[in-house]
Amino acid sequence: MTDPILSLKGINKSFGPVHVLRGVDFDAYPGEVTALVGDNGAGKSTLIKCIAGIYTPESGDIFFNNEKVTIHGPRDSTALGIEIVYQDLALCDNLDIVHNMFLGREVKQGFILNEANMEALARQTLDGLSVRTVKSIRQTVASLSGGQRQTVAIARAVLWNSKVVILDEPTAALGVAQTEQVLNLVRRLADKGLAVILISHNLNDVFEVADNISALYLGQMAGQVKKKEVTTSQVIELITTGKSTPFSGVRS
Amino acid sequence: MSVTTEAPVTQGPSLKAAFSDYISRVKAGDIGALPAVLGLVALCAIFAGISEFFFTSRNFANLLTQAAPVIVIAMGLVFVLLLGEIDLSAGYAAGVTGAVLVLLISNHNVPWYLAILAALVVGMLFGLILGTLVARLGIPSFVVTLAAFLAFQGILLLLAGEGGTISISNKYILAVENNNLSVSQSWIFYIGAMGLYVLSGLNRINTRRKAGLKTELIKLWAIKTIGLVVITFVGQLALVAERGDPPRISTKGIPLIVPVILLMLVIGSFVLNRTAFGRHIYAVGGNAEAARRAGINVKKVRTAAFVICSGIASIAGLLFASRANSISPTTGGSSTLLYAVGAAVIGGTSLFGGKGKMRDAILGGLVVAVIDNGMGLLGYGAGIQYLVTGGVLLVSAGVDAFSRKGANAS
Repeated sequence: MTDPILSLKGINKSFGPVHVLRGVDFDAYPGEVTALVGDNGAGKSTLIKCIAGIYTPESGDIFFNNEKVTIHGPRDSTALGIEIVYQDLALCDNLDIVHNMFLGREVKQGFILNEANMEALARQTLDGLSVRTVKSIRQTVASLSGGQRQTVAIARAVLWNSKVVILDEPTAALGVAQTEQVLNLVRRLADKGLAVILISHNLNDVFEVADNISALYLGQMAGQVKKKEVTTSQVIELITTGKSTPFSGVRS
Repeated sequence: MSVTTEAPVTQGPSLKAAFSDYISRVKAGDIGALPAVLGLVALCAIFAGISEFFFTSRNFANLLTQAAPVIVIAMGLVFVLLLGEIDLSAGYAAGVTGAVLVLLISNHNVPWYLAILAALVVGMLFGLILGTLVARLGIPSFVVTLAAFLAFQGILLLLAGEGGTISISNKYILAVENNNLSVSQSWIFYIGAMGLYVLSGLNRINTRRKAGLKTELIKLWAIKTIGLVVITFVGQLALVAERGDPPRISTKGIPLIVPVILLMLVIGSFVLNRTAFGRHIYAVGGNAEAARRAGINVKKVRTAAFVICSGIASIAGLLFASRANSISPTTGGSSTLLYAVGAAVIGGTSLFGGKGKMRDAILGGLVVAVIDNGMGLLGYGAGIQYLVTGGVLLVSAGVDAFSRKGANAS
């Protein structure tokens, strides 16, 4: 087993009297898709925001490549190579695909935007992800379908040689065919060596694409398991009760 | 990964593909400049058909100087409108900064260039206050600038004082709206401007080709360029023709205001399209939250847009002073601001933010001026002029809203 690229140990986070995360351990491995599942309010978003630097945990350690790191803000996590694709995608409809992919991190020549360079890089990234559904990368995002938007958001996340990509419910609003496209893309990201963290409510998606499943239950890590070693009903048990009938290979 | 998979770049798309591309852009809510251009051509054709005087070179030159202040204010407004905000005070900001300019020159003997600089600084200071109130305190721009509209009107009244008007006789200031380039200068300017336009287009195509990217369809670019050259050439011929009263006064050549506005167009378009700041303005207007998450300082961008808008308004103040030889308490008032907003919207800038260009201000400003000028020539009173202008504005805003609806429905 390779070492995890991102490893959280004993993370605690409270909001006033509410203890949202209680000593959570969480690992993500390069080249693997780790699904983070849990019921509403289990603490998935809070955990993700701790990784993203939006929240700072009260206690607990974060290790990146086996080195202890502190993440104080979104810039820190970005600098480490952690990218998050939020559920609402955060794309500008009025800008084209290239503009969106480079938004806030434009390639410049002096103080002039280097459009040709950005377009070539964007094209290269999309080709690298075998994205063939987008007709022109100079069309505005407004003209794209939901799946294509998700694709653009994901491509933006991997543009910067990122090492960890966190996807928040990427298939929530998509139809069957588009869900399939996005899941394929998720798989390809992992196959390229990235550590992918997939937050999802949909266990079908999770079982289709994930290598590892981590289930949160009321702010505690109920179990980090390998997909091969569990059944859907065992994962549902973990999500709803925090425990499950015995199975092999529980990591924590 | 593999760059070699790129299709051969020389094999561009066909005109038909370009056309269907345009249709899909329209469906996505981007109607471009075509409606404004067609509207302008139609209006000119109608007025030329009815009034013999409309298409004379004297009227054409007059039209340009008449339209200039509104166009300039609209250019500044584009920055604010792109954010989905509004600046109702830009008209009186022009009035106040114009008054500052005139007072400094006429009453305090300040050199004209320093006075222009001072007026610009005052304008930008106004913008800084407005922008800070909107961006930092989160007061809606409509309210902030409405308050500023009243306040600036008050300042202008105080500055103009009891006398009511303050006049100016500085020849450099008066030259801007009243002088023309000589005929030879006009030709040098025209050929130079067209040459630069063609060269920059070729340069763009060449850079993209070198980078191995799909190039704009050369045929389409050529059609557009030739169209522009032909239309401007007709205008050029009209402007270099004699339009004075030859034995006594000879007037010919491009009005000085034309190069001034073109320079502003080039600088403004450059900022909006070629710099990260311009890109961020579009981003904030399109989706402020996405821009914030992308690490863009949204408050700074908002504030900067208001500073630019009021700063440009000070140039309009200069034009008002130059055109009327004076500043009065109503300079920049009455329908000025509304005409400027109307001009930007008629040109294709969206009131919802995120969509618009510098050229919209010019196209829309010309439409507004042509209606004003043409209806005036036909002998219609202000009542009918306002009615028609209002109708045109409503149609353009309707087209904008309708195209957005189409984009969202998909």
